[in-house]
Amino acid sequence: MNQFLLFVRKEFYHVFRDPKTLLLLFGMPIAQIILFGFALTNEIKNSTIVIADYANDIASHQIIEKLAASNNFEIQNQNLSHVEIEGAFKKGDIKLAIVFPANFNNDLLHTNNAQVQIIADASDPNTANTLTNYASTIIKDYQRELTGNIMAPLQINTNVRMIYNPELKGVFNFVPGVMALVLLLVCVLMTSVSIVREKESGTMEVLLVSPFNPILVIISKAVPYFFLSIINLTVILVLSTTLMGMPINGSIGLLYFESSLLILCALSLGLLISNSTDSQQAAMLISLMGMLLPVMMFTGFMFPLENMPTGLQLFANIVPSKWYYIAVKSIMIKGLGLSEIWRETLILAGMTAVLLTISNRKFKIRLS
Amino acid sequence: MVDVQVTNISKSYGQERQNAVDQVSFSVSKGELFGLIGPDGCGKTSLFRILTTLLLPDSGTASVNGFDIVKDFREIRRRVGYMPGKFSLYPDLTVEENLHFFATLFDTTIKANYDLIKDIYVQIAPFKDRRAGKLSGGMKQKLALCCALIHRPTVLFLDEPTTGVDTVSRKEFWEMLKLLKGEGITILVSTPYMDEATLCERIALIQKGTIMSIDTPDQIIHQFPKKIYAVMARNMGALLADLRSIQHISSCNAFGQYHHITFQDEDVRTPRKLIEELEYRGHVDMEITLIDPTIEDCFINLMDRHGN
Repeated sequence: MNQFLLFVRKEFYHVFRDPKTLLLLFGMPIAQIILFGFALTNEIKNSTIVIADYANDIASHQIIEKLAASNNFEIQNQNLSHVEIEGAFKKGDIKLAIVFPANFNNDLLHTNNAQVQIIADASDPNTANTLTNYASTIIKDYQRELTGNIMAPLQINTNVRMIYNPELKGVFNFVPGVMALVLLLVCVLMTSVSIVREKESGTMEVLLVSPFNPILVIISKAVPYFFLSIINLTVILVLSTTLMGMPINGSIGLLYFESSLLILCALSLGLLISNSTDSQQAAMLISLMGMLLPVMMFTGFMFPLENMPTGLQLFANIVPSKWYYIAVKSIMIKGLGLSEIWRETLILAGMTAVLLTISNRKFKIRLS
Repeated sequence: MVDVQVTNISKSYGQERQNAVDQVSFSVSKGELFGLIGPDGCGKTSLFRILTTLLLPDSGTASVNGFDIVKDFREIRRRVGYMPGKFSLYPDLTVEENLHFFATLFDTTIKANYDLIKDIYVQIAPFKDRRAGKLSGGMKQKLALCCALIHRPTVLFLDEPTTGVDTVSRKEFWEMLKLLKGEGITILVSTPYMDEATLCERIALIQKGTIMSIDTPDQIIHQFPKKIYAVMARNMGALLADLRSIQHISSCNAFGQYHHITFQDEDVRTPRKLIEELEYRGHVDMEITLIDPTIEDCFINLMDRHGN
């Protein structure tokens, strides 16, 4: 036991005496959460738009006011003619143009059929889609206000309610994703590199020629990274709740429990990588390249898994972060308990057990 | 009592199955200072790794302290001390932390065995709070030796402990080994430096994975089959070329200030004749003396014989 504790202390020394490791360990999560939280959302804010208002009446003015009030749009020019619109698009600084025809209010009130043209720059189809949706929503909103008092014949109102995330905030999606990404990447990278470093520097040779059980060498390496990852997780949670208004509706204890499972899973994966390589560079490459892409693609926070071909969907099942992501979202946003996410928990635990068994089997008690 | 017994050990690597260690046998008695002498890549490190249970031999058997290197590897790991050729301590831990770590690793304390390492440790004690990576080469070796000794091993394996270490530190290192021998520790040391061979009690000369000769350094020198002369002249480069062109000289090698030569069939007048011939070729300030062969002479001689 004494030996084990000393080993753990030695590992802490290694971490704290190497500024690069520290930076990677704590800098990466903070940078990522801020990047994903603030910079890389799929909401579109403050897009510049132009308006060609031939109507210049009360209805068009009221709609323009609504558009200006929304924080999705910023109106650059209200009084363009329709021929100038194309020029504005070509300059590239506007995303959307709205044209009100003459007699807009008259048509609306008397024929019940007024038309507005929305022109979007579809060179980026996703942005164009989102922005036209925003604009149509605002215009429909206005229409509803108008018709609110009058009973129109046979009108079906779809009443959409966004639950759990009524403001459709992208952060709610990204924070659990970044948590999965950071925990998995940092843990896999750190364990694999630190074990391979001992091989590379020759200290593994000396450690093997001692009565110390080699498996304990490995476990003692995992302990510091486990604790540091828990600290990391806390930093991410504090940042995302205070800065980004991320809720934690479920039990914090359960959240830490699920995270611990993912960390253990990542540590055993790192162990497996370190068993099959002899150089720090190779370990780093395998951990980064081998983890980053699958985790980004198949966790579900970047690209919805449901849209993928069946083969890829099946593949996503072996990516541990997918299950963690589902569990964390359920806990943080929906406030669910263990009884609802036992399946994900069990899968994560199973993966950890399998990885640990394989790496224990593969662990070399000799040099080759 | 025999502490290390090696019988027909072979080990090969890679696709070509080239033998790194080829049918090696020797034994080392308790408390003996045994040297494995040979150039880089001759199989010393492989042999050490086999004996410290880090590698499995392809064939042959070996035992350390009476324990089989394959079956009883845990027992051996508990008992021996091993210092790899490459500096293998933690460069980011201090001298004291390294020593403490290795003591605890073997379930002992610095205090319990301090008397064994005292003479060595006092030399690095002034730097005990310095990180091991910041020590000089000689200091690193002393620290590594302390770490390998801290659990009072019965057999100590030192793989090229003096490679890359300055002359003064090398000398000090060998002094320390003599002290350790006095403690009854069996020491196996490997070195590519032939001049260190005479500091061992018995040596094995290794070349290309095979042992060419095992004996005390004196015996090996004694067995040198011919008389050996050191020759010197003003122009050493031209002298070497000329010596090599002379028919009845069987070997000629450059050794620092001198060229060492042996003759094919020699009688009392041979050296005299050689001087005359060289004078005829225009050499001046010549000197020729009969000398005792060095281990290096013996090594080269054995190597030539094995090569043919």
